Amino acid sequence: MKGSKTFRYAFSKSLPVMFGYLFLGSAFGVMLQQAGYNFIWAFFISLTVFAGSGQFLLVSLLSGGATLPMTAAMTLLINSRHIFYGLSFLERFKKTGRKYPYMIFSLTDETYSVLCSVKPEKDVDEGKAMFLIALFDHLYWIAGGVLGALLGQFLPIDFTGIDFSMTALFVVLFIEQWLDFKSHLPALTGLFVSLVFLLLLGPDNFILPSLLVTVTVLMACKNLVQKKMEEPSPAAEGPESQESKEEDVP
Amino acid sequence: MTMLQSIVTIAVAAVCTFCTRLFPFALFGGKRQVPRVVLFLGNVLPPAIIATLIIYCLKSVNLLNFPSGIPELISIALVAALHLWKRNTLLSVGAGTICYMVLIQTVFA
Repeated sequence: MKGSKTFRYAFSKSLPVMFGYLFLGSAFGVMLQQAGYNFIWAFFISLTVFAGSGQFLLVSLLSGGATLPMTAAMTLLINSRHIFYGLSFLERFKKTGRKYPYMIFSLTDETYSVLCSVKPEKDVDEGKAMFLIALFDHLYWIAGGVLGALLGQFLPIDFTGIDFSMTALFVVLFIEQWLDFKSHLPALTGLFVSLVFLLLLGPDNFILPSLLVTVTVLMACKNLVQKKMEEPSPAAEGPESQESKEEDVP
Repeated sequence: MTMLQSIVTIAVAAVCTFCTRLFPFALFGGKRQVPRVVLFLGNVLPPAIIATLIIYCLKSVNLLNFPSGIPELISIALVAALHLWKRNTLLSVGAGTICYMVLIQTVFA
């Protein structure tokens, strides 16, 4: 029983990623096929690399005949934001047992964000659920890549704009985090700092400096944030504030 | 590129991608006691990183030229309103995406 509940839970959590990954993955497949690599290549790249922007970069590296040091440097740079993701899962991934290395490998933007919203639930094996979410996302991504490379430009409907589903997913997860967190300083810092750095440095170079500054600001505000997070929840304060309002009535 | 060169290039990309994800685990994982400040960061970074990813998704929006990010603004407002109302991820993401696709393919084409 627990197994099937965990499976359903993981599947429903991964479902919003499905559309984005199928279509983003197939956009990659189409690009790769146009660069002269068929669906077998798409399968192995999506299986072993598993990175959105990283794989789009890889297509241009392959077709441009990039050297290995250049490939390494560009890949490290474009994926540099990932160095912060694991910090939130240092302890929690231990619950996944032998799947620990796979959990690290599969920590994409989307899987990271969805895993942040996983909370312990009755009859759900948390470690197994996290593994299944990562695995489902990976399968969607591989399927998208292979389909894109196979079908190419023959897709019947105009899917321009489908990539917005990733933006929408991040907006949803942002709201969930906002409602969940007693301190809004981390969310506001991330939003404000990344906007400022986008304006200062432009779209191609802003994300790593922005995350570095965000981490620095949060460390500087550690005491403030921690104090706020340890406050009793607003729900518990509710009746009290209502009483005081009533007292104000003449 | 020859087939072998392509395979090696892909392998390098795969290993480097994995290394970026492995970094914090290599530094603080295993049996060692994780420093308190790192645990703190791990707790508070998700909302900050997700906020950054929203901006990352919107990085190519050009405010100075038509349509000046209006389709994005409308669609994000719809996603947020729907989600605050119904708290159903699939509904919010689905409706927001369809709204955006319709807007950029018809109204703002």
